[in-house]
Amino acid sequence: MSNELDFLSRRVAAGKMNRRDFLGRAAALGVTASFANSLLASAARAAGPVKGGILKAGLVGGESTNSLDPALFMTQVPFSFGKQWGEMIVELSPDGALEYRIAEEIGSSDDAKVWTLKIRDGIEFHNGKTVTAEDVAATLERHSDEGSKSGALGYMKGIDSIKVNGKEVVLTLKEANADLPYLLSDYHLIVQPNGGKDGADAGISAGPYKVTVNEPGIRHGGERFANYWQADKMGHADQVEIIVINDATARTSALQGGQVHMINRVEPKIVDLIKRVPGVTIRNHSGPGHYVFIMHCNTAPFDNNDLRMALKLAMDREEMLDKILRGYGSLGNDFPINASYPLFSDDIEQRKFDPDKAAFHYKKSGHSGSVLLRTSDVAFPGAVDAAQLYQQSCAKAGITIEVKREPGDGYWSEVWNKQPFCTSYWGGRSTQDQMYSTAYISTADWNDTRFLREDFDKMVFAARAELDNDKRKAMYRDMAMIVRDEGGLILPMFNQFIDATGPKVGGWIEDPHQELMNGYALSKCWLEA
Amino acid sequence: MSSPILTLVAQRIALGLLLLLAVSVLIFAGTQILPGDVAQSILGQSATPASLANLREELGLNDPAYIRYFRWLGGVVTGDLGTALSSRQDIATSIGGRLWNTLFLAFWAAVVSVPLAIILGLLAVRYRNGFVDKLISGLALASTSLPEFFIGYLLVYFFAVKMQWFPGISTVYDGMPFGERMAAIALPATALTLVVLAHMMRMTRAAILNVMQSAYVETAELKGLSAFDVIRKHAFPNAIAPIINVVMLNLAFLIVGVVVVEVIFVYPGMGQYLVDHVSKRDVPVVQAVGLIFAAVYIGLNIIADIAAIIANPRLRHPK
Repeated sequence: MSNELDFLSRRVAAGKMNRRDFLGRAAALGVTASFANSLLASAARAAGPVKGGILKAGLVGGESTNSLDPALFMTQVPFSFGKQWGEMIVELSPDGALEYRIAEEIGSSDDAKVWTLKIRDGIEFHNGKTVTAEDVAATLERHSDEGSKSGALGYMKGIDSIKVNGKEVVLTLKEANADLPYLLSDYHLIVQPNGGKDGADAGISAGPYKVTVNEPGIRHGGERFANYWQADKMGHADQVEIIVINDATARTSALQGGQVHMINRVEPKIVDLIKRVPGVTIRNHSGPGHYVFIMHCNTAPFDNNDLRMALKLAMDREEMLDKILRGYGSLGNDFPINASYPLFSDDIEQRKFDPDKAAFHYKKSGHSGSVLLRTSDVAFPGAVDAAQLYQQSCAKAGITIEVKREPGDGYWSEVWNKQPFCTSYWGGRSTQDQMYSTAYISTADWNDTRFLREDFDKMVFAARAELDNDKRKAMYRDMAMIVRDEGGLILPMFNQFIDATGPKVGGWIEDPHQELMNGYALSKCWLEA
Repeated sequence: MSSPILTLVAQRIALGLLLLLAVSVLIFAGTQILPGDVAQSILGQSATPASLANLREELGLNDPAYIRYFRWLGGVVTGDLGTALSSRQDIATSIGGRLWNTLFLAFWAAVVSVPLAIILGLLAVRYRNGFVDKLISGLALASTSLPEFFIGYLLVYFFAVKMQWFPGISTVYDGMPFGERMAAIALPATALTLVVLAHMMRMTRAAILNVMQSAYVETAELKGLSAFDVIRKHAFPNAIAPIINVVMLNLAFLIVGVVVVEVIFVYPGMGQYLVDHVSKRDVPVVQAVGLIFAAVYIGLNIIADIAAIIANPRLRHPK
């Protein structure tokens, strides 16, 4: 039987039989539909990528103010476009391991303070120059300079010196950091000729596509770079194009109308409708992103841990997951880490909705009157509804929440990280250390729960320097418990990325890091003939 | 010829300029009271007090508001709209392409909607109170009553998703072949046409019907002219002033009121440009776009006024 299935799936891959017939024949052979489908997918992969065509994506997250300077990337469109024209030092592979790209090897001293990157031979920039250790060093230098305003500056500040030694770049850190290779996978750190010091926004790197069109907020395009060093793995379509479509309805209609082959950010509430469209496939996968209700631990009344605990226990997480994310996510447990991070401990007890216990802690806190919660549509999709659901679940515990709807315009400058209790979201980071360093140590600019704990800071620094993974995992578990039980974070749910592809898109693989296969969908997918 | 007509036209233009000046004050004041600080929003969350102070100094934000206003006004008068804070690009250059796109869409929407509205209006008068009149008025009013985003989505649903005649997203770019460009704007232009049609059509109908009550129309009918000739030769020329007025008003809408349609169809025009920069607190761009919109609106209204004056024989041929 399996021989026959194999034969049939190869025929489909070769285009001699259509999918529907295949599934019918497979069912006749007594195979479940999902198994038959997976068989088909592996056959398609085995048949190999198809070269040629123009692959197009319609994405939310682009503005006319975007720049090609990787240091300034913030939203989805520059991020995705950067992955097409840029080449990284290292990257996170879909299975979570480290994938060596421009660096072919990374080694460290025993104390994790001195790191050596060995630069790969034979990689060429779009302008014909060869990628050298000097270019990599210059890139890292530029991103560690305050003047670059780089989004990676937070971690790059930890580098004390950058030296070139033949084909090697040697980094000496101020403090030991076992996670350094992971930090180098930050999407801002695209290697540019001379580090981009001669023109940060020239759009030249060593990625699979050369920039041909750059109209910020409208569209971006690239054509295949003939001398790409990994031509068998990436860069299958002749051209790629990103069209900026910030309106959710326009995005889905563009996919349905066949004007684009893939879109990002499908809203959970319309996923079931989109699923029914012939040819369209929903690509959802969990990641580190999460939706949060954040309290300032140093501002009354939230400086009282009993009140914080009461507010955590009064959150009906199941209902949030069910009604706000329509099941496209997972339950949160009031610390910002989930299974998509390395060294995650899955044995921490799940916090549940418990109005009685919440009422107990609320009484103990001695607080009276209502608690003001600020929210807005821009905090996360469905944030206003979520705040109202929360208001009702709090009422069951005898806590009065006053929901104040703030204008979306100015929310990130006037409310988030300023007001003591509001809704927000986090996209997550690639390692636990990055997440805690960005938002939970006392000195972090984005410490949006005002979690100022010297003992916790020390734990973060100690874990960062620990090279023994078992020990580190135990340390991260302790840190998670502290944030969960004493922090100002209410984390009801982790959201999934929901992308969608049209018919004819081949080569999709799940990648838990960011949307659209960690941004590589346009380079790694192909158009089936 | 120092006729009253020239004086009147000069008066209108002077009034328009005065109005524009008043609008510029309003725009400037409006952008001052937007929540958020410009320097803060450029530098982001991690701004230090020192870098904030430096940037405020550099941008001249420490000067009193009226000094900044006159500095800005001086620039605008000499054609210098300033540089965008977010991208450091010259505003006049980056607005150029966008403005052209908006005008292109407005032009084709007007080419379709204005003659269509006037012809439908004439037809409605010819067959007034009959089935044709009621059908035309009913359909036109229905299309106006629907919000433009709803019309937009309906068009996308039927013509882009179901039948796939036209693209649902109207991304246009430099060097795009003319045919493709026209296909791209087909749906947004249709949406705009449907939005403005009823207003012009109803106004044409009302203006002509008003004239139809006059004694000279009765005379024309009595001397045996056909119904269409009466409307064409006698009623229409005398009803032209209010029709021009409403046409101009709608042309202005086609240029300055298309933000929603541009967003739905992802059309790279002025509306989207404005929205992007409002959310980035890019005040110079917001001011520049606001002023251009105001100038277009006031300019078209002046043209309407002048056309109405010229269309009036009593003013054209003074005793």
